[in-house]
Amino acid sequence: MASIKEQFEIPGKLKTWAYALIGIGGVALLLGMFTQGFSKDEHEQVHFWGTLMYNTIFWTLVTNAAMFFLCFSTMAQAAWMQSFRRIAEAISTLVPVFGSITLLVLLYVVLGEKHHIYHWLDAEAVAKDPILKGKVGFLNPTFFIIWTTLAIALWSYFGYRMRQISREADENPMDAETAKSFNIRSMTRSGFFLVWFGLTVASTIPWLWLMSIDAHWYSTMYSWYTFASSFVAGMALIALWVIYVKNKGYLELTNAEHLHDIAKFMFAFSIFWTYLWFSQYMLIWYANIPEETVYFKHRVQGPYKPIFFLNLVINFLAPLIILMKRSAKRNFTLVAFMAILILFGHWIDFYQMVMGSLMKEHVTLGWLDFGILGFFVGVLILMVARSLASKPLVPKYHPFLKESIIHQV
Amino acid sequence: MAQKKFVVGCFDDEKVLFPAVKQVRTAGYKIKDVYTPFPVHGLDHALGMRETSLHTAGFIYGITGTTTAISAISWIFTKDWPLNIGGKPHFALPAWIPIIFELTVLFAAVGMVMTFMWLCQMAPGVKKHHFHKRATDDLFVMVIECTEKTNAEDLKALLASNGAVETDIQVAEEDWWFGTYDNDNENLYKQVAH
Repeated sequence: MASIKEQFEIPGKLKTWAYALIGIGGVALLLGMFTQGFSKDEHEQVHFWGTLMYNTIFWTLVTNAAMFFLCFSTMAQAAWMQSFRRIAEAISTLVPVFGSITLLVLLYVVLGEKHHIYHWLDAEAVAKDPILKGKVGFLNPTFFIIWTTLAIALWSYFGYRMRQISREADENPMDAETAKSFNIRSMTRSGFFLVWFGLTVASTIPWLWLMSIDAHWYSTMYSWYTFASSFVAGMALIALWVIYVKNKGYLELTNAEHLHDIAKFMFAFSIFWTYLWFSQYMLIWYANIPEETVYFKHRVQGPYKPIFFLNLVINFLAPLIILMKRSAKRNFTLVAFMAILILFGHWIDFYQMVMGSLMKEHVTLGWLDFGILGFFVGVLILMVARSLASKPLVPKYHPFLKESIIHQV
Repeated sequence: MAQKKFVVGCFDDEKVLFPAVKQVRTAGYKIKDVYTPFPVHGLDHALGMRETSLHTAGFIYGITGTTTAISAISWIFTKDWPLNIGGKPHFALPAWIPIIFELTVLFAAVGMVMTFMWLCQMAPGVKKHHFHKRATDDLFVMVIECTEKTNAEDLKALLASNGAVETDIQVAEEDWWFGTYDNDNENLYKQVAH
């Protein structure tokens, strides 16, 4: 094997961009926090904390999706992703960081009794409300805080364990026995994460963090919908980093064959997301029961109508039409463009999921949203780049690496 | 029904097959096909075969299905026989999407299977000549069609020098026919030389 560059060096320009984004975003964040977040006006409080909430939840779930990708690939003994697995690992190091921010924000919202974000926090209202009374075993501050803390802590811990075992493939060549036990131990560790992921991201966490904003309303599709949204955005993020790092002259072993498979994930899960979007929408539209249609009322017929349909165009029509062709999935420029579009689209999706319920009268998309987005993107760029630079880019003694090098679609 | 002359080379290993394919193509011969017991990664590429158009056909069938479904349902429910179903509008797009989707899939799937059968000339009762019985078992069988310029003996020697374990020249029916192998073999296939 010809020599390959194993050590990623952070390009100066990337650092500048990251610091600039963190700077501008940080200013916007602080400005918003002091003018709106701590203001006396409840409307402005809800605006700020809601905006911060959907951003931090979005980025936590998206970075966690990178961990999910690693774990299910390991569980399936997939080999094709080994040549760029360090990219996904680097993205997943953000889970503890964004997770802590999420935890702080949610603690503030719950302990600060922000009734206008989580209506079920209002004990007096709940006592008079038979529906909320029925949900009190699940929707109460104690359970919320314990489960949220546990979820974020265990995602971070299992993620750390997965990254740790991956480092074993850097040091020494493995003989058959070592490789076999390495494989089995990797699968066991990913199994723990996958089970916990199923109990949290694929079910309870979206109910607690997002669906309980509309405390009376429920949808059985909601968690899957949130999961699909964050997973397809996570794959787009992995694609973007793979393309960027490859563009800088690294990742010699990753080529159009690997990109093709990543883009297939982006294409397939865009359609999976639409399937869930439609399943949720059609049943509610068909049954036409007031307590269910309340969720779609101000989204389909109110001020959120343009965003609601823009969401469908960006996240369904665009990937369907543009990523359908084989040649498109193998084109680095086009996949990079689609990855940015999909990330933006699902950010908008999270925006309408949260703010569509909190700010029913008007669309608030503005400097605060983009400022906070910039802050999170800046942190993401900086920390992923640092994590990439801190370890070899390719696990060179990984038992499946050869299979990844000769991967062909 | 046309009988043609073929040079057949059999290989027992992929590792030998790939360089041989390259050598035969560099020598200027056009390989008709390589019959393998299992799908071999990269062989179509090595043979210089054109990318299949089956997916383009599949896309067209799918679009046809979508169009058929939309036009049929919208005509039936708005023009031909409008019914009031649960107070919904006659043009009730969300309710139709599952049917539109199903018809798209049905047209694409059935159409692609039919096209695949046609491209590969497969149907009940259709027979084609087998160049070697072990092509479905453990041999990689390379078949080169002879033209007037081809010196079959030279080609046989080339194949043998590139690792073919068995070579021969066959005059065989290149198209398909209806019937059975037993009755037609004498007319359609004769081993010329060893």
